[in-house]
Amino acid sequence: MREQFRTLKYAAWLGWQIESNWTKPWLFIVYSIAKPISATLILVLMYLVILSSSLTRPDIFAFMFIGNAFYMYVAQVLFGIVMVIHEDREHYQTLKLIYIAPISFYVYILGRAVPKIVITTIAILITLAFGVFVLGLDINFATVNWALLALAMIVGLMCICMIGVALAGVSFLTAKHGMGINEGIAGMFYLFCGVVFPITVLPQWGQAVGLGIPITYWLEIVRRAVLSGSGVENIGGLQSYSETEIFLFLLISCALFFAISLAIFRYADRLARKKGKLDMTTSY
Amino acid sequence: MSDWLLNYRAMVGRAYPRILGPWREPSWVLFDIFLPLLGIAAFIFYYRSMGAPEVFTGFVVLGGAMTAFWINVLWSMAAQFYWEKETGNLQLYMLAPMSRMAVLAGMAVGGMFFTSVRAVSTFVLGFLIFNVQIQVTEPLALMAVFLVTLIAIYGMGMMFASLYLVWGRGAMNFSTLMQEPIYLVSGFYFPVRQLGFWVAAAGSIIPITLGLDAMRQLMFAGSDVFAFLTWQFELVVMVGLAAFFLLLARFSLSYMENLAKRDGRLTLRWQ
Repeated sequence: MREQFRTLKYAAWLGWQIESNWTKPWLFIVYSIAKPISATLILVLMYLVILSSSLTRPDIFAFMFIGNAFYMYVAQVLFGIVMVIHEDREHYQTLKLIYIAPISFYVYILGRAVPKIVITTIAILITLAFGVFVLGLDINFATVNWALLALAMIVGLMCICMIGVALAGVSFLTAKHGMGINEGIAGMFYLFCGVVFPITVLPQWGQAVGLGIPITYWLEIVRRAVLSGSGVENIGGLQSYSETEIFLFLLISCALFFAISLAIFRYADRLARKKGKLDMTTSY
Repeated sequence: MSDWLLNYRAMVGRAYPRILGPWREPSWVLFDIFLPLLGIAAFIFYYRSMGAPEVFTGFVVLGGAMTAFWINVLWSMAAQFYWEKETGNLQLYMLAPMSRMAVLAGMAVGGMFFTSVRAVSTFVLGFLIFNVQIQVTEPLALMAVFLVTLIAIYGMGMMFASLYLVWGRGAMNFSTLMQEPIYLVSGFYFPVRQLGFWVAAAGSIIPITLGLDAMRQLMFAGSDVFAFLTWQFELVVMVGLAAFFLLLARFSLSYMENLAKRDGRLTLRWQ
C-alpha cells in the first residue's frame, strides 16, 4: 500500500512538471483557464442569441452551465490519461523504462491523472464564479447538498479515471489514433449524456445510449446537488427517479465500467507486450 | 535548375504525403469524417432544445465543417515545424536548398486538399442528417469567399509556423489555446455580431471570422439579419488579410530562422 502511494505521489509530481514547467506560472494559469472558459462562453453566447438573457429561462441556463462546467472533467481528465501513453511512448520514449520499474503501471497512470484533476477543478471553480458573479447564474450556497456533491464527485471522478485507463489500454495497440479515440469518446459522452441539453431532446435510441453511460447519472446528481431546490430535477429527463435511485444507478454503472476497464487494460497490456508495441514509435 | 522550378518541386514534394498519406490508413479518414459530427449534433440539439430557428442548424453544420480547416492550420501548418524538430527532420529542411516558404506552401496545398475532404464530408452528412436548408444564389461569390478564406488562414498558419521554430512545448500549448477561444471570437457556432461590434471587429483579424460570416450570408436564406458586415466588404478585407499574412510569414520566417539558429534551438528536442 505504501509503495502504491509512493508511485501515485511521484507520478502526480511528474505529471505536474510536464503540465506546468514549460512556462512561467502566470502564463500557465492563463492557458489553463482560457480554454474551458471560452468553451463555456460559446454555449452562453449560443443561449443568448436565442433567449436574449440568462434570466429568460434561468432553469435551462443553469442546467447547461453546470453540465458544461463539470463535463470539463470528462474532457480534460480522460484526454490527459489517454495522452500519457502517447507522450511516454512516442514523445519522450520513456514508457519502456517506466514499465520495467518495480511499480504498478496502473497506479502510475492514475497518478498522472491527478494534476489534470487539480487543474480542471481550478478551471471549474473559476468558471462557476464567472457564472455566478458575471452571468447571474443562480446558485444558493446555503441550499447546496454538499454531502451528495462530495459523494458524487468521488464516484464520478473514479469512473472517469477508469474509462480513461481502459482507453489508455486501447492506445497501447494503436499507432496514431489517440486523438481520434479521445475526440470520439468525449464527443459521444457530450452528445448522449445530457451535458448541455436534456436527453429527452434526443431520439429514443439516443436516450437509450445515454442511459447506459454513467456520466449521465453523474451529471444529473451533480446538478441536483448544486442546484438543490431549484427544480432542476424536472428538466433532465430523469425526473421519475429520486437522488438515491440515481446514485444507485451511478454506482452500478461505475462498478460495471470498472470491471470492463480493468479487463480491457489487462488484455491490451498483454497483447502490447506480445506484439512488441510498448516501445513503438510512429513519428507522431 | 531555376529557383522557381526547385521551389515548385519542393512544394509538390511536401504536398504529396499530405494528399496520399491519410488514404493509406482508411480508419483515419473515417475518424476525420464521423467524429466531428458528434460535436455538431450536440450543438444542434442544444439549439433545438431552446427552440432556435432552423437556420441555426445550418450555422452549426457550416461552423463544424470549417473547424477542420482551422485545426489543420494550427496542428499541421503552424505546429508542423515543431513536430519536424522533434522527429529530427527540421535540420534536413534547413540543409536543402529550397525556400522554406515552398515547404510551407506544399504543406498548405496538401492540407487544404485533405481537409477539404473532411470538411465537405462533414457538411454533406450534416446537411443530410439534420435536413439543413441551403439557398445559394451566388455560387461564384461563395466559391471566391471560401477560397480567399482558405488562403488567408493558411497564410496566417505560415506566419505562426515561424514562431514554432523557436518554441518548445509552449508550441503545443499555444495550439491548444488557439482552439476554443478562437471558436468563440470567430463565431464558429453563432453569428459573430452577437459579440458586439468592437469585439467582432477585433476578432476579424482572424480571417475565418469574416469568412464564416460571409459564407452564412451566401448560403442560408434569412441569415442577413445576423450578418456582421456585407459579404462584399468582408471579401475585400479578407483579400487584404491574405496578402498581409503571406508577406508577414515571409519576413517572420526569415527572422525567426535566424533567431533559432543563433540560440541553437533548431535541433533542440523535448523542451
